[in-house]
Amino acid sequence: MELYALTAHELSEKLIRREVSAREVTQSVLGRIASTEERVHAYVTVTESIALAQADAVDAARASGESVSPLAGIPIALKDNLCTTGIETTCSSKILRGFVPPYSATVVEKLEASGSVFIGKANLDEFAMGSSTENSAFGASHNPWDIGTVPGGSSGGSTAAVAAGEAIWAIGSDTGGSIRQPAAFCGVVGLKPTYGRVSRYGLIAFASSLDQIGPVTKDVRDAALLMNLISGHDSRDSTSIVRDVPDYTRALTGGVKGLKLGVPKEYFAQGVSPEVSASVRTAIDTLVSLGAIAEEISLPHSEYALPTYYILAPAEASSNLARYDGVRFGHRTARATNHVDLFEKSREEGFGPEVKQRIMIGTYALSAGYYDAFYLKAQKVRTLIKRDFDLAFEKYDAIIAPTAPTVAFKLGEVSDPLAMKLNDVLTIPANMAGIPAISLPCGFSDGLPIGLQLMAPNFGEETLFQIAYAYEQATRWHLGRAQL
Amino acid sequence: MTTTYEPIVGMECHAELLTESKMFCGCANAFGGAPNTRTCPVCLGLPGSLPTMNRRAVELVLRTALALHCEISLDCLFARKNYFYPDLPKGYQISQYDDPIGKSGYLDITLEDGRRKRIHIRRVHLEEDTGKLIHAGGNESEVDYNRSGVPLMEVVTEFPPDIESADEAKAYLEKLRSILIYLDVSDGKMEEGHLRAEPNLSIRPAGTSGVGVKTEIKNLNSFKSVYKGIEYELVRQSELLNAGEPVRQETLGWNDVSGETYHMRFKEEEQEYRYFPEPDLVPLHFETADIEAARADLPELPDAKRERFASQYGLREYDAGILTASRPLAAYFEEAAAGADPKAIANYVTGDLAKLLNASGQEITETKVTAAHLRELIMLRDGGKITNNSAKAVLAEMFETGEAPAVIVETRGLAAVSDDSAVAAEVDKALAASPEVVAKIKGGNEKSKGFLTGMVMKAMKGQARPDVVNRLIDERLAAL
Repeated sequence: MELYALTAHELSEKLIRREVSAREVTQSVLGRIASTEERVHAYVTVTESIALAQADAVDAARASGESVSPLAGIPIALKDNLCTTGIETTCSSKILRGFVPPYSATVVEKLEASGSVFIGKANLDEFAMGSSTENSAFGASHNPWDIGTVPGGSSGGSTAAVAAGEAIWAIGSDTGGSIRQPAAFCGVVGLKPTYGRVSRYGLIAFASSLDQIGPVTKDVRDAALLMNLISGHDSRDSTSIVRDVPDYTRALTGGVKGLKLGVPKEYFAQGVSPEVSASVRTAIDTLVSLGAIAEEISLPHSEYALPTYYILAPAEASSNLARYDGVRFGHRTARATNHVDLFEKSREEGFGPEVKQRIMIGTYALSAGYYDAFYLKAQKVRTLIKRDFDLAFEKYDAIIAPTAPTVAFKLGEVSDPLAMKLNDVLTIPANMAGIPAISLPCGFSDGLPIGLQLMAPNFGEETLFQIAYAYEQATRWHLGRAQL
Repeated sequence: MTTTYEPIVGMECHAELLTESKMFCGCANAFGGAPNTRTCPVCLGLPGSLPTMNRRAVELVLRTALALHCEISLDCLFARKNYFYPDLPKGYQISQYDDPIGKSGYLDITLEDGRRKRIHIRRVHLEEDTGKLIHAGGNESEVDYNRSGVPLMEVVTEFPPDIESADEAKAYLEKLRSILIYLDVSDGKMEEGHLRAEPNLSIRPAGTSGVGVKTEIKNLNSFKSVYKGIEYELVRQSELLNAGEPVRQETLGWNDVSGETYHMRFKEEEQEYRYFPEPDLVPLHFETADIEAARADLPELPDAKRERFASQYGLREYDAGILTASRPLAAYFEEAAAGADPKAIANYVTGDLAKLLNASGQEITETKVTAAHLRELIMLRDGGKITNNSAKAVLAEMFETGEAPAVIVETRGLAAVSDDSAVAAEVDKALAASPEVVAKIKGGNEKSKGFLTGMVMKAMKGQARPDVVNRLIDERLAAL
């Protein structure tokens, strides 16, 4: 197999044994980009020279016997909503075109410190608002399993890059499913950690109370390894939690005997395709055959998660996106005659239609006279959704469900914004509750991957890794590679 | 017929807090300097940056809320106040809305006639300051973000307001300022904008109750402008109502040169702030024990100190008030008064020393006259070593040179003449020179003795002790 097709833990072994150099791995990935990126369009920016310099530095350090991370030299794609010192960071928006941050996100610093090789900045739906990566101001990304379909979104660039071999692994962000849904569409593993587990400092905010950075990988072991690198408290993020980071690979025991899984009936209801339902049910059977116990449960407030999310997320976004005013950075209109004009025209020219729509919805939801009926009520419903999970986790170790209702759809096929948003109906509840959730491949329908979703209580990432790894060991879905 | 109106005034005051760093980042909280030299991704609102709470700022607001007798919210939220302006980098200001740190407090003011009045306070909260726009001429503006994110405390009076005149508003602001300085919460420098006041005012026919349609004057940075602004609005609103015109709810600016308010915007044009809880900060929680510790840690405040000075040192209320107007002055007095006559010290501190300070523009903390030297001076005088007149001259020299009073008395030869024979000789001369005065005294006019005393003192160049002079005059007169 080509180097670019390997996992990080496989490459790590080769790098440690000096069978390959970081430069060779990096060149393999860059070569893959050269041959497939035109079709996939996973990246906004490919940082070839930075990647090669980082790879050479790692090789030099290893050669001189310096102590380096076992994962040093692995090429990674960073979603382009993570600030990177000296590298243009666009959020796939015209309004940030040309913005070169003077600082890096905490996650980026951590990765840099462990010798990561930054291959490029991955495409996304503008400001992470979307479920197909079609909302990028710089063009849609494509699903490596079928170039005519979407990779999902908003971390579609990250998942497409990993699925295509254009990165060994990647970082995404998940506000309502933005890691898990594209991971499901692209047949890779994607984890949304517990809210507060990974620092948000330097992640360009969409909805602050929901955003969480997480790994996109080819298998569960890589996800555990990448979590080891990026997790932990950060004094620069007040919402990050002071709590020790375990070695997540210790959870990869292979056993699930006696673990109790809740199967929420609401997650198999209308809108979920029969093929997806069937694959997930088969996956549940596999876990039961390994010794897990599965029982049907109810999460009665699930149906309110989507409408509630579409009040709270736009409300926060309307405020978070107020700073893009043309004054200090990013796009500034050339047609302004006064400061109000400067704001209005810069924003009008800089933001795409989906972003504008959400700013409008959020502004409305926070306005005097509507606040109680929308924002406040949505917060109350959010508490109820959280309570559903709390009650379920009193009896169950994890909840198992599909990640997305369908497999990837054709580019341009879903034009109705509401239909597009329905893609996230099964992933949003975990964001609302703050709990960790993982998506991993569990089958195919018409040649397109299907995602299995596991959810656990707060800081239950180890439970997710344990179950996901046991399932992965018992199946072969994670070994498939998209043919391009 | 014209109606006489009286004002009802609410006060919203902002104080920049004396912290080392800004509210949500590590940049220095300082004044002046080249534009945009104290900025970072957080206070510039760069994408992806996040605020972290300055605990010291929270403590300072808690202290103030306790000193103003507020109820403390055990759990308080920060909120985003959303509006667009070039000096507001994030497009929202992090402030407090529903649960301010302190609410329902009060502050007592003392009016010129000695009357006390309680001014109720609605809320004390913490927020961040904005940057500053600099009009660069022509159609251009520049923005300086050095002030962006500086911790700002807002103190708002209760509604309906208790303040009913410009004098009361000024007294309120003076009292608030002195409390903030006492607490080391703010330096109170109004001219640098570290303490700013925004009075809002409506009027009603004198002697009635209720409130009218109010106008608000933005960003006043002196006691004088607060006083004049309120007086101006009282007249302007009265004239409107007397002419049968309505007062419109509006926000006004203040022109210090012309002494007039000017229109900024009407209420209908006000921004809709869309407050909502700040998701980037966790709610603030106080333990009851922390609050009690902060309460126990409060310094003695102006009112308590004034009352103590009056009773402990036997001072007049008025003098006690002057001496407790600032903590350094009160401390200076107490140090000087230890072991000396407090009233005599008070007279000097509020009298001769105050005059010297005023004339030179110095603060009590800057004077070369140490409290110990002042005490020494008073003891020299009260011990009869120097006369009262000499003491004033010695003080003037102490003020210039910082020399110890005993040294000045020695080198200037100002020691009081206590040698009776020298004084007696001058008394004899005075009696001999003024037989008609002696006759008057003999005739029962005791007051005329002062004339003789004056003559002797003059002849002795002020260095004779008045009590010795008076005793010798009495003895000589009795012997005649």
